[in-house]
Amino acid sequence: MAVRAQFENSNDIGVFASLTNAYCLVAIGGSENFYSAFEGEVGDAIPVVHASIGGTRIVGRLTVGNRNGLLVPNTTTDQELQHLRNSLPDKVAIQRIEERLSALGNVVACNDYVALVHPDIDRETEEIIADVLQVEVFRQTIAGNVLVGSYCALSNRGGLVHPRTSIADQDELSSLLQIPLVAGTVNRGSPNIGGGLVVNDFAAFAGVDTTSTELSVIESIFKLQQAGPSYVVNDLRNQLIDSMT
Amino acid sequence: MAQAYALDTSQEAHMAEHVILCCVCGVAIPPNPAAMCGTCLRNEVDITEGIPKSSTLHYCRDCDRYLQPPAIWVKADLESRELLAVCLKRLRGLTKVRLVDAGFVWTEPHSRRVKVKLTIQKEALASTILQQTFVVEFYVSHQQCEDCVRVAAKNTWRAVVQVRQKVPHKRTFLWLEQLILKHGAHKDTVNIKEVKDGIDFYYGQRTHAIRMVDFLNAVVPLRSKTSESIISSDIHQSTANFKYTYSVELVPLCRDDLVCLPPKLSRQLGMLGPLVLVSRISNSVQMLDPSTLKIADLRTQQYWENPVTPLAEASDLVEWYVIDVQLDGPRSGKNALASVEVARSNDFSKTYLARTHLGNLLNPGDHALGYDLNNANFNHPALSSYFESRSSKFTLPDVILVKKSFPHRRRRARPRNWKVKHLGKEEEEERSGRKDKAADKDRDLELFLRDLEEDEELRGMVNLYKASAQDRQAMTQHSDSMVDDGQDEGGDENEDAMEESEGEEDFPEIRMEELLDDMERLTVADE
Repeated sequence: MAVRAQFENSNDIGVFASLTNAYCLVAIGGSENFYSAFEGEVGDAIPVVHASIGGTRIVGRLTVGNRNGLLVPNTTTDQELQHLRNSLPDKVAIQRIEERLSALGNVVACNDYVALVHPDIDRETEEIIADVLQVEVFRQTIAGNVLVGSYCALSNRGGLVHPRTSIADQDELSSLLQIPLVAGTVNRGSPNIGGGLVVNDFAAFAGVDTTSTELSVIESIFKLQQAGPSYVVNDLRNQLIDSMT
Repeated sequence: MAQAYALDTSQEAHMAEHVILCCVCGVAIPPNPAAMCGTCLRNEVDITEGIPKSSTLHYCRDCDRYLQPPAIWVKADLESRELLAVCLKRLRGLTKVRLVDAGFVWTEPHSRRVKVKLTIQKEALASTILQQTFVVEFYVSHQQCEDCVRVAAKNTWRAVVQVRQKVPHKRTFLWLEQLILKHGAHKDTVNIKEVKDGIDFYYGQRTHAIRMVDFLNAVVPLRSKTSESIISSDIHQSTANFKYTYSVELVPLCRDDLVCLPPKLSRQLGMLGPLVLVSRISNSVQMLDPSTLKIADLRTQQYWENPVTPLAEASDLVEWYVIDVQLDGPRSGKNALASVEVARSNDFSKTYLARTHLGNLLNPGDHALGYDLNNANFNHPALSSYFESRSSKFTLPDVILVKKSFPHRRRRARPRNWKVKHLGKEEEEERSGRKDKAADKDRDLELFLRDLEEDEELRGMVNLYKASAQDRQAMTQHSDSMVDDGQDEGGDENEDAMEESEGEEDFPEIRMEELLDDMERLTVADE
C-alpha cells in the first residue's frame, strides 16, 4: 500500500526516512507521528529504527541501503554506528565509507540488485557499494541530473523517475535495472522523487501533498495493490506503459 | 470569459510522445515544471489576481476629456488609442504582469460603459508562463474638470497683468503689441482686454503672468506691483486659492516727446538739457539734447525717483518749411548740429532760427515736424523752476525740430504694400464718444505705421507682413475716409503740380525683402 506521511509539517519524507526490504530508518523527531506511520504499515515485517547520522536527522539523504547492507557517510559517529548495528538484522552489513560526496542518499539509487550512482563518485566507493550492497553499479544521470538518488525511487518491481526523463533515457535505465520505469511526480508536481517518496517491495510512503493521481501511478508502477490490480490502476498502468513502448 | 494557456514546452519539442500524467487530474500531458495540465494549473492559480475587473473613468462632459489621475485631462474619442492609454493607466496590477494585447469591446456610446479586453501573461509557478484573456469594465462617471469648473463659475483666470501708460495716445501700446507678437509673449493668455490707458492680459496660471512681466521688463521701462486677493481657503489643509494682479505702469514718455528735465535730474545726467527729446525707448529711456547732440540714458529706477511728465508730445507737432540749413560742425552718429531757418508751412510771414540735430537730413525746401515753443504756453513745474531761479540765464528756443516729414508723398494716399498684425483684443464695453475714440485710434495707428516706415531700426524689431491685394484695397478705402493729420491742411494745394515733379527722393520705402509672407492668409485662402 502507498500511504501519505508528513515529517514535522514537511512533505519531504524521503529526507527523514529510508526504507528497504529488510529495515526502515526514521529520523528522531519531536513527535512520534512519523514513526507511527511507518510502524503501523511495515512494523510487523521489518524493524523500524530511530536513527541519526552525524547528529543530523536527514538520515534518508545521508545513507543508502538495501536488503543486503547499509552505507553510512564518514560523519557518522561510532555511537550512532553502534546503535545501527544493534538495531538492524544481523544479515545486513553496515559500512561507513570515506566519500567526498557524503550525501549518499542523493548520489546513489539502488534496489536489491542494481545501483545507479553519481558519475563523479570514487572508484573505491563504487567497489564498496558493489561489495556491501551486492549490486551491479552503473554511473548514470537522470534527465540530465547527476544526483540520481534525488530524482528517482526504485524497488525490485519498478521505478519512478524525474518527469523530464526522456523516453530514450527511460528505456536505457529500464534495461539496466530490468524493471519497468515511469516518469512522474510526487507532492503535487514536485520532481524531487527521492525527497518525496520512500518505497520497498511491499510499501510506499509519499508526502501528504501527493495527489491521488500520483499515488495511483506509484501504486501501479511499484505493484503495491495487494488485492490485485483494480480496473483503474490497470488502465493507468497500461496507458503509461503503452506510452513508453 | 475566454481563457487560454500556453505552457513552456520549448525544451520538449523533439520528444512529442514523451508524456507524464497531470498530478491533479491524471491526464497525459507533455512534462512541464508544474507537472499539471493547463486546466488544472488555471484552477490552481489566477494570474489576473490583483487586477481590478471593474473601474471608473472620470469624464468631463463640457470639454469631452477624460481624467488621467492625478490631474491631467486628456482629450480622447471612444475606442481611441488615447482612451485605451487612460484605461490601462487606471489598472493598478498591470505592472506585475506582461500585457500582450488590449482592445475595446464595443459598447453602446450612451451606456456609459467602456469595456477593455486584455490578454496578459504571467509566470505562474517555476518557469511556467500562463496567458489569460479577460474583460475589464469601466464605468464612465461625469466629473467637471477644473477648467470647466472655472468657466462655469465665471472664474476663468488666475492672474492678470494690467499694463498702463498714463498718456493720451496709444502709440506705445501699438509698439508693444508688435513686440509681443514678434516674441510670441501672448501665447499663454486666456484673454486680452483693452481698457482705458492700457491693456489687461489674463492668464490661467500665475507663472505665465510672471513671465509676461519679465518680458515687459526687458523691453519697456516700467514699474510693477503685485497684489493678490484670496478666493477661497481651506484652514484644515492650510491651502488657499488666490487671484494675482500684476500692475505694470509704463514710464509716460514716448519717442519724440519734448521733456524739460528738472534741475536735479539734469545734473544727474551730466548737465543734459534741460530741454531734451526722447530719442528711443527700450528698457531705459534715451534722451537727446538737440542743441548739443548729447545723448543720455535715463534708467527706469532713476526715472521713478524723479518722475517728469513730457512738456509736449507728438500730437503737438507742427509742420515747418525749411528755408536754409547751415551745418555748425559737431556731429554725433547720425546726427549733425545745424542752424536751420524755418517757417510754419502754413504761414510764411515769420521765420525762425532753430538749432537742430537733423543737419544730416534736412535740405532747404524740405519739410520737418517740430514743436512751436514761441506760441506755446506751458505750465510745467520743471520749466518754471528754471525761470524762477535768478542764477541761470535760461531762455526757451522758438522751435525744436524733431524729424523730417514727407507731406506730399503722404497726401497721395498710396496703399502700403505691407501690414502689421494685431492681437485679438477685447474692447471694454462702457465708453462714451465711441466715434471720436475710433478716429483717435486710427490716427494713432497711422502715426505708428509712419514711424515704422521712417525708422529702419524700429522696423528691425517687429514683424512686417506682405499685404495682399485685398488688404491694399481695404487700406485705400480706409485712408480715404481717414482725416489726414491736420498739420498740413491748406497752404500748399497750389504747389502740388510743382512738387509732383520734384518729389521727395529720400522718402522711406520698405523693401520687399524685409517683409514676411502671411502664413495665416495662405492657409485660409478661400475666405
